Amino acid sequence: MTSPFNRRTALAGLAALATGACSKVADSPTGRTLSKAAEGWHRRAHRKLASRQALAREYEKADISPDFKGNGTIRISEESYQAELEAGFSSWQLEVRGLVDNPMSLTMDDIRALPQRTQITRHDCVEGWSAIGEWTGPQLSEVLDAAKVQEGANFIIFRCADSFKQGAYYESVDMVDAYHPQTIIAHMLNGEAIPQKNGAPLRMRIERQLGYKHAKFLTAIEAVASLDDIGLGKGGYWEDHHGYQWYAGI
Amino acid sequence: MSKKKPSKKHALSTRIWHWINAISLIILFMSGLNISNAHRYLYWGNTGFDPADAWLNVIRFPGWATIPGRYDLAEARDWHALAAWPFALALLFMWIAMLMNRHFSHDITTSKAEWRPSFIWKDIIEHAKGNFHHDPVAGKYSFLQKLSYGLVLGIMLPLMIVTGLAISPGFEPAAPWLVDLLGGRQSARSIHFITAFSLLAFFIVHIVLVLITGPFRQIKDMIFGGKA
Repeated sequence: MTSPFNRRTALAGLAALATGACSKVADSPTGRTLSKAAEGWHRRAHRKLASRQALAREYEKADISPDFKGNGTIRISEESYQAELEAGFSSWQLEVRGLVDNPMSLTMDDIRALPQRTQITRHDCVEGWSAIGEWTGPQLSEVLDAAKVQEGANFIIFRCADSFKQGAYYESVDMVDAYHPQTIIAHMLNGEAIPQKNGAPLRMRIERQLGYKHAKFLTAIEAVASLDDIGLGKGGYWEDHHGYQWYAGI
Repeated sequence: MSKKKPSKKHALSTRIWHWINAISLIILFMSGLNISNAHRYLYWGNTGFDPADAWLNVIRFPGWATIPGRYDLAEARDWHALAAWPFALALLFMWIAMLMNRHFSHDITTSKAEWRPSFIWKDIIEHAKGNFHHDPVAGKYSFLQKLSYGLVLGIMLPLMIVTGLAISPGFEPAAPWLVDLLGGRQSARSIHFITAFSLLAFFIVHIVLVLITGPFRQIKDMIFGGKA
């Protein structure tokens, strides 16, 4: 019934899997398609299991981490930024542009004048660590509604003042996360202006995803139909240059 | 005990699950070691970022032990998130199959008699002597086998899924109580790590026992079923 050939093939197949060749698989188009698909299954499963507007856990003041770790860019050396930092970001501008009827340029005072949300949340880094902080700022939905986002917009891009080796930092989310009640444009951390290491003067909070989605040193918010023409088309600096997953809810 | 001798054959569902599980688990474990290298500290509670607060400083796992073979957090996470699907779905399938074909109640569930200290002690002695022919009271598997398979299928593998979900910020809003139950996100991460290494310990013992008791027959039987 069982020819030795079959058995040998089966064993050889298992051995090949055990010894790896994993990198080759990962670099192949099939491997990329598979991991991209798995990422999408996780996103859809998460959103099926929780409501799309389900809130991330909020904590008490007593839970706040004594020092909120800075990671990624912790200092911007450009003189223009340092001058802004000195001046308390008095002439910092946040542009709202792209597929909007009403493009805007907001000053820090404009941002502080909007209705504010304060939330004590846990920040989870892709590396594995977590810290809790209290963030304050207007909901992104508030700003998007004022700018009147057009029908065809599917993603919101966040532009940043910091750069890494391969280019400027940026990030993006879809409309589910853009309009999530806890998605805020934070200008305060633990009741004070955000320190430089944490993204002064403005940092996005995308509470149901990992830290690299929370764009720091925010300069512009852009509504777009597709991510294809932004950067290398994968929706963020780490996604473009280092293969990180666009959906960072895992 | 029924008069009919219990079948020694591995059910097709068991064999399919065994190999999907083995391959997924190897990928999950080795890509997990790569992910661990990104922040080699484990904490209890919800938060933790300062190595000074860690309960364990984990070693840096060498390239031969990780997937991919060099430090690459993004690619390791891709492997981890991909292999999680066959792993979790196969376990669900195995549980349904095992309850339906009575593999669980016939072969893995222990009887009261087997929990007698004298019986357990005898089983330990027999294993230590290298005698793997089981007491017919126990059935297809010895007491120690039942106990370890029960722990792996009933506790350790499900715990890997549960703790993996709990450390996913996108999943947490669906069941924040789960993260609380596990003692916070960093505790869940620690339990994920501890359970993974408990499974490695099981894996090593499992492989050693297969090698001692006739690896070719054992592997053949886990592929083709074996004699009834």
